[in-house]
Amino acid sequence: MTQLEDPRALRVEAVRVPQSGLVTEARAASVVWQREMIRFGKDRARILSSLAQPLLFLFVLGSGLGSLLSSAGGRSGGVALPTFLFPGVLAISVLFTAAFSGISIVWDREFGFLREMLVAPVSTTSILVGKAVGGATVATLQCVLLLALAGLVGVPYDPLMFLELLCLIFLMAFMICALGLMLAARLKQVQTAMPMVQLIITPLMFLSGALFPLGNLPTWLTILTHVNPMTYAVEPLRHVVFDRLDVSAADRARFDPGISWGSFAVPTWLEIVLTVVFSVLLLGLAVTRFRRTD
Amino acid sequence: MDAPAVEVRGLTKRYGEVEAVRGIDLEVARGETFGFLGPNGAGKSTTINILCTLVEPTGGTAAVAGLDVVADRAAVRRRIGLVFQEPTLDGPMSGEQNLRFHGELYGVDRRTAAARREEVLRTVGLWERRADPVSTYSGGMRRRLEIARGLLHSPQVLFLDEPTIGLDPQTRASIWNYLARLGEAEEIALASGATGRGVTVFVTTHYMDEAENCDRIAIMNEGRIVALDTPEALKAQVGADRVVVGTDDDEAALVVIRREFGLEAAVHEGAVTVSVPKGAEFVPRLFAALTADGVGVRSVAVTRPSLDDVFLAHTGTTLRDAEASRGPSMHPMAMRMRGR
Repeated sequence: MTQLEDPRALRVEAVRVPQSGLVTEARAASVVWQREMIRFGKDRARILSSLAQPLLFLFVLGSGLGSLLSSAGGRSGGVALPTFLFPGVLAISVLFTAAFSGISIVWDREFGFLREMLVAPVSTTSILVGKAVGGATVATLQCVLLLALAGLVGVPYDPLMFLELLCLIFLMAFMICALGLMLAARLKQVQTAMPMVQLIITPLMFLSGALFPLGNLPTWLTILTHVNPMTYAVEPLRHVVFDRLDVSAADRARFDPGISWGSFAVPTWLEIVLTVVFSVLLLGLAVTRFRRTD
Repeated sequence: MDAPAVEVRGLTKRYGEVEAVRGIDLEVARGETFGFLGPNGAGKSTTINILCTLVEPTGGTAAVAGLDVVADRAAVRRRIGLVFQEPTLDGPMSGEQNLRFHGELYGVDRRTAAARREEVLRTVGLWERRADPVSTYSGGMRRRLEIARGLLHSPQVLFLDEPTIGLDPQTRASIWNYLARLGEAEEIALASGATGRGVTVFVTTHYMDEAENCDRIAIMNEGRIVALDTPEALKAQVGADRVVVGTDDDEAALVVIRREFGLEAAVHEGAVTVSVPKGAEFVPRLFAALTADGVGVRSVAVTRPSLDDVFLAHTGTTLRDAEASRGPSMHPMAMRMRGR
């Protein structure tokens, strides 16, 4: 039997729990974030396995389809397919990593730890913000490995471009993580999480313009891409990369046409604003749903 | 400051057609170890969840540490420690990391947090294992860590919902040994004139033997409190203790008992058996009377009614039967299997 200490020891230190306030809320969010970092550091297999899919898209799909295009007499102009795909593949990597991070809260529920977090005297918002910022950090860190490969697909190593990309990736990852949390709010079992990815996350990828330019699409596809929040997070990435590529105006218009609502060409800043708005909305929805269930 | 640790008035909780709690009144003093007993499905967990601000009552009021559980939810949460029926630890994190997480979540003062972590870890005997992932801990160690965590932010009331469920008897005993020592710590503090930073322990269980460790217990059945008192008093209410005396001359002993105490004793299996309300207090007087009459006493035994007898007396059924009739689906383990 374990030796118990003198119970008097328990009374030496008086610890007071302070009133609620911004500081307490920030500490709660921060420790939730730290836990995500601890878990990320312990899960090397996840880091490596999550790299496999983007690499396949970039090099296998990129090279395979690229040779098909050129043998069919299609002109890929001054832009090789892997180069075109690079920002899209970054987005796909973020999409799956961040969505997984968000949905992983189902595991916390399954193992009971979610309860420890939700019964604490802090707001659900702080917990979920910590979780979403944690997931976004993990997704961004994983993207650093992909960004290092830029040179292999003809994207120049421009420090400012990398900085812009990292900021955009972080924002997008936060939005997707909030989406994952919102989806996971009502899930009680881990088994139901996987169909969720197939049903919602995969369509988001195909309908975001990550794998093809958004110009000259059939109307139904244009509508679907325009209602997809992911679209507005992907487009700025491509914009930033194409700004650094040496391509003709015609090629740029073909490969990076941007988003147009009818005749209105949506500027990049508005796309970023929309991503922020979606992030806040999705997180707000997630908070409401978590409050209702627990 | 002197508000009771827990104060409940006319509390009810209804889930659709089901009345889980049907109007209960309860008061728990500071520093008390209070046991909440009853079969599964009696309404214990619902009541404790209301007190922990996790469930809102349908009617009546409940206050913890003088604060209303509905109106002052956050303030109540800061003053209570929780140990749930089901585990709520993070397996990949170490024991100390789990505590650190909790301290940050509860906004515990960083200057004292490390010392406090050491203190609670040592108290539950987990200091040596603090750096190991919780996934490597045994069931009993996890429970002890959860108790340590529940105490980390110095709560006024520590709520434990079936803390020993699913544990082996030896581990159950060690958990109770520890909980009992929390009570001792309280007495020491009060005796030394320390400010009454009292840990009140509010614990539910459906093991009657465990309830013996509590200062007072309430027995709940079908949403109502059917008995509330100290374990001793409850058992005394149920009935008499049985005093069994082995004497040199049983016939003479029967006469003495009738003459001196007006009680009808009987000889069972070669010993004089008599029923009295307080057996322990009766024995010295019985000795004196028998010795005065020259009847030699060879042995004595006092058998007390158990809390199972108490439960039977108040509900007309034994605890085991009460659980069996509810069926296996009400068992928390089964609930968990269904993915509750």
